[in-house]
Amino acid sequence: MSKLHIETTINREPAEFLCEPHETVLSALRNGLGLTGTKEGCATGDCGACSILLDGRLVPACLVLAPEAQGRTITTIEGLSRGDALHPLQQKFLEHAALQCGICTPGFIVAAKALLDATPEPSEEETRYWLAGNLCRCTGYDKIVRAVLDAASEMKGSAA
Amino acid sequence: MDPFRFVAAADEHAARAAASAGARYLAGGTTLVDLMKLHVERPRTVVDINALPLTEIAETPGGGVRVGALVRNSDMAHHPLIRARFPLLSQALLAGASPQIRNMATTGGNLLQRTRCYYFRDTSAACNKREPGSGCSALDGCNRIHAVLGTSDHCIATHPSDMCVALAALDAFVLLSGPRGSRVVPLVEFHLMPGDHPERETAIEPGELITAVDVPPLGFATRSAYVKVRDRASYAFALASAAVALDLRGGEIRDARIALGGVATKPWRAREAERTLVGRPPDAASFRAAADAALAGARPRAHNGFKIELAKRTIVRALTRAGAMA
Repeated sequence: MSKLHIETTINREPAEFLCEPHETVLSALRNGLGLTGTKEGCATGDCGACSILLDGRLVPACLVLAPEAQGRTITTIEGLSRGDALHPLQQKFLEHAALQCGICTPGFIVAAKALLDATPEPSEEETRYWLAGNLCRCTGYDKIVRAVLDAASEMKGSAA
Repeated sequence: MDPFRFVAAADEHAARAAASAGARYLAGGTTLVDLMKLHVERPRTVVDINALPLTEIAETPGGGVRVGALVRNSDMAHHPLIRARFPLLSQALLAGASPQIRNMATTGGNLLQRTRCYYFRDTSAACNKREPGSGCSALDGCNRIHAVLGTSDHCIATHPSDMCVALAALDAFVLLSGPRGSRVVPLVEFHLMPGDHPERETAIEPGELITAVDVPPLGFATRSAYVKVRDRASYAFALASAAVALDLRGGEIRDARIALGGVATKPWRAREAERTLVGRPPDAASFRAAADAALAGARPRAHNGFKIELAKRTIVRALTRAGAMA
């Protein structure tokens, strides 16, 4: 089968790639476009490691077919920092040591961004409920939740 | 995934024209793409219907709601009309999956969600649903998650949807559009019992497209609850769930709705149980009697007998919660 030509916007820049129909957005990002920040965990939508924002909505990139990206807008972990300036979530994950092996971290940070975009001051319960689709086998989650809440509080301060 | 042809359909006509034999419509993809990766689904053509204008939630005459087939689970759950009039439906949607999956999964796709039976998902196992006539590995296998209601000698797979359980309690309708025109199927008749043909799961005909779900008006649905019991507090499939609504007047139950998930081969409406409640006070004895009636026909296998008592207690808890609402 001939490859499909897909035009999309990734991290605020126009982007295009060629793909087979049976590739996923995850594989297009990692293999075609070299954006390896988005990780592959389970590949069946269960673990959240490949979380991206597609037209602003949090989705697992492993369950989106690459041709579905035509004309859409994608944000990946690489799109969160501004140059060398880390996003507050990235900074707080470092400060709280909210990671060990790091495979789940990009997915958690993108999911947490989606949470804070919609709910700038989430409670701990809201945060834990929202992050239920992101699995971490190292940290026990507590440091992750603290990092997200701390980032929310700092972002609120800087917005005021 | 096995290779396939990808067609992005611009409208309903183009979608149906592309839906030849061996084709699958692609909406959220949370079931289809997952099963394509496991080689359980091997469509020759994938018809992307996401551009179709089926994303509206609109009020219908009398106070019901029509939900377009492409409305995402998260959007339906948070919609003011759904939250205000059908709280059990909003609760059921939010009890399902994760934020990521709810953002993708659609109303139409959820009606067609496939079972989580381990053997269905494993192409090396026998499964009459996946490969008719091959047998059922679950009957004498690891069947802790399997059904106790609506089973057959050929299949005991549980229907996995939370949304459909609430829709069964609400007497919802499925709107279909096909080569021979449009038709409406009651949700409780949309899903089929496995019987001798577990590979036939719904009343949908080849080429037909789900366009919407109609939730008819039900005044007392404001007094309703969805309770889901699972192995962990969130992000797991139901071991047992109950969607209930109570019409309470003058300290007496005038009408009731009860539907079950996690324990049956299809979204399970428990009409016998509903009848036992009519004319009785909303108390623990009435609720327990209804729960006993709902599970009277249960047939356990080696590892899922616990689900019978679990489902009864789930029903009692849901009715208690609904009964206590202002």
